[in-house]
Amino acid sequence: MIATSRSPLIIVVHLSVLLLVALWTLPTAGLLISSLRDKDQLAVSGWWTALSTSSQNMTGRAASPDAQVEKDGKFVITGNLIEGGTSKVSAFGVRPMRPTAFEVGTTADIGDGQTLTVNEDGSYEIVSPTRMEGTRGQRIFYTASVPPRFTLDNYREVLNAEGIGASFINSLTVAIPATIIPILVAAFCAYALAWMPFPGRAILIAVIVGLLVVPLQMSLIPLLKLYNGVGAFFGVPAKTYVGIWLAHMGFGLPLAVYLLRNYMAGLPREIMESARVDGASDFDIFVKIILPLSFPALASFAIFQFLWTWNDLLVAMVFLGTGNNELVLTGRLVNLLGSRGGNWEILTASAFITIIVPLIVFFSLQRYLVRGLLAGSVKGG
Amino acid sequence: MQQLLFAIFTMVGGVLACVVYFFGTNWLLDKIFPSKGLTGPQASKNLRITNAIRPWLFMAPALFALGIYLVYPVFESVRLSLHDRSGQQFVGLSNFRWMLGDSEFRQSIFNNFLWLLVVPALSTFFGLVIAALTDRIWWGNIAKTLIFMPMAISFVGAAVIWKFVYDYRSEGSEQIGILNAIVVAMGGQPEAWMTIPFWNNFFLMVILIWIQTGFAMVILSAALRGIPEETIEAAVIDGANGFQIFFKIMVPQIWGTIAVVWTTITILVLKVFDIVLAMTNGQWQTQVLANLMFDWMFRGGGDFGRGASIAVVIMILVIPIMIWNIRNATREMER
Repeated sequence: MIATSRSPLIIVVHLSVLLLVALWTLPTAGLLISSLRDKDQLAVSGWWTALSTSSQNMTGRAASPDAQVEKDGKFVITGNLIEGGTSKVSAFGVRPMRPTAFEVGTTADIGDGQTLTVNEDGSYEIVSPTRMEGTRGQRIFYTASVPPRFTLDNYREVLNAEGIGASFINSLTVAIPATIIPILVAAFCAYALAWMPFPGRAILIAVIVGLLVVPLQMSLIPLLKLYNGVGAFFGVPAKTYVGIWLAHMGFGLPLAVYLLRNYMAGLPREIMESARVDGASDFDIFVKIILPLSFPALASFAIFQFLWTWNDLLVAMVFLGTGNNELVLTGRLVNLLGSRGGNWEILTASAFITIIVPLIVFFSLQRYLVRGLLAGSVKGG
Repeated sequence: MQQLLFAIFTMVGGVLACVVYFFGTNWLLDKIFPSKGLTGPQASKNLRITNAIRPWLFMAPALFALGIYLVYPVFESVRLSLHDRSGQQFVGLSNFRWMLGDSEFRQSIFNNFLWLLVVPALSTFFGLVIAALTDRIWWGNIAKTLIFMPMAISFVGAAVIWKFVYDYRSEGSEQIGILNAIVVAMGGQPEAWMTIPFWNNFFLMVILIWIQTGFAMVILSAALRGIPEETIEAAVIDGANGFQIFFKIMVPQIWGTIAVVWTTITILVLKVFDIVLAMTNGQWQTQVLANLMFDWMFRGGGDFGRGASIAVVIMILVIPIMIWNIRNATREMER
């Protein structure tokens, strides 16, 4: 473990860290790559093959007999199985049991004296000695090698058709006020706990440390009852944005007060004493000195609270409705897991949209996040 | 869009209301008990009164919110756990008696203990190892950032990511889940991992370990850097090898931090809900307490008595850690 750069152990260290990093990033990478792939390819091949040409078994249908033309006394239907693609056909067949019966370029006898030829570029020709009957075209099974195709179609689809776009707005609606409103409330409380002597202060701090770990589950049923009661009393709906903002504020306050108190208590006493000698009141000291100095701690808390409210599922499921203009991203994703369980193009794109905002916050503000973690590691999330 | 404007409007309104409250009450206090411009006993008396009242004015909104959203519900949940499904009829301990006989509850308790044994231990272990390893290499910070990243991802998002990893296609067709693809490539049989009782718990735990290792790593990395250089230098001079230095010199010096990380993850594990809900919803014997509690909150119109009693069980499991935290925090303040 303690290898200097000259030791041969350092290579082992490099390799094991590389392995660990791969283990930790591959699942997310798979999701991102898959969300950008063509949905037909995504369904039949692993995301790690995304850059290679895949071979797929497909089914096509020739043009209907209406399209036949008479040529040299024979009846001919021509067309192309692959519309506008760059795929290459390698084999074809006409029976579902034997989809690769014939090699590409050969002429196959398909009964009744009819013959079928399929070329590599997907063009086909059916030749019959007599006029062909019926309204539907001949079914053709073929194996095509499909070059890698990346597309934003999946994102376009989930943003509009699957309601992810609306949920994105809902999540923002929940997260922004729920992040900003508690800050001032917590900051005043933290200042009082850090710098204003009063009887019972130590007990209050102990209570707040205790509240840090109270399971959310304890609050759910009583608050649900309370909200229903308040809603019925005032004749308003019980599940509203105001309700969830306040709930998130209540649940976030212990961490906020704890983090900010610890930070403020660490500020030098001399600043406050000299300000007090100059005749500044507690209110002035707080607003003009403590609040600006506490910016790093405020930023840490704001990031935590934003990630927590954006990623939250439980509070939203209990305190917010499930209508199109209320369902948040996490809730929508759970619903999609149920209803679109196998449609990975929808799930991967939706999941990526839900995690992109926290990831941006994470990568741009990681410094404050780490600082907050180090200061408040008593809290259990 | 309209609701977003409404949200921003409320936010500004809320912040303004806070400003008005804090400024207003503070101003009012100074008006009623003026100390400036007065002399003698009246001034010092007023000063004493304002100094006694002001902290409570500063704390009032926060204490009010904490009281409504956390303190009152704890007592109310305990009360409800002793009542019937609607919360009207006192039923004594019958909810808890029901629990002991309920196979789903026993399954949840068993699974929760499995989670408690595995997740904090492995997250802390991986976090410690990664912290120690990345400190030695030049691209350590990049590696740390990447391993820390899942921390920002929601449990539901992580569930989708891992559901894709565990995806199962019947034997013979091409596997698109990477785990089954590896198993098949090594000559094994593809498995529907989520449906194998007992072991599926571990596949769910992997998700939480994946998320929490970054947290453990960040905290432990800072602790490792705080170790005084001299202790390590002395060990090197005494001829200790790398492993000895790590396990006998460094780890003992950060026991306190390891304990904090361990308990923090333990608390999180007790409340694990989203992952199980999104992956299996408790099917195939993967039920856990938090999900069972949520289930009873709404099952058949909602059984508040049973739901609250399961919440109380989670609370009881948390209490030892809560006491330990409070003792640590008070000791730190006295120092």
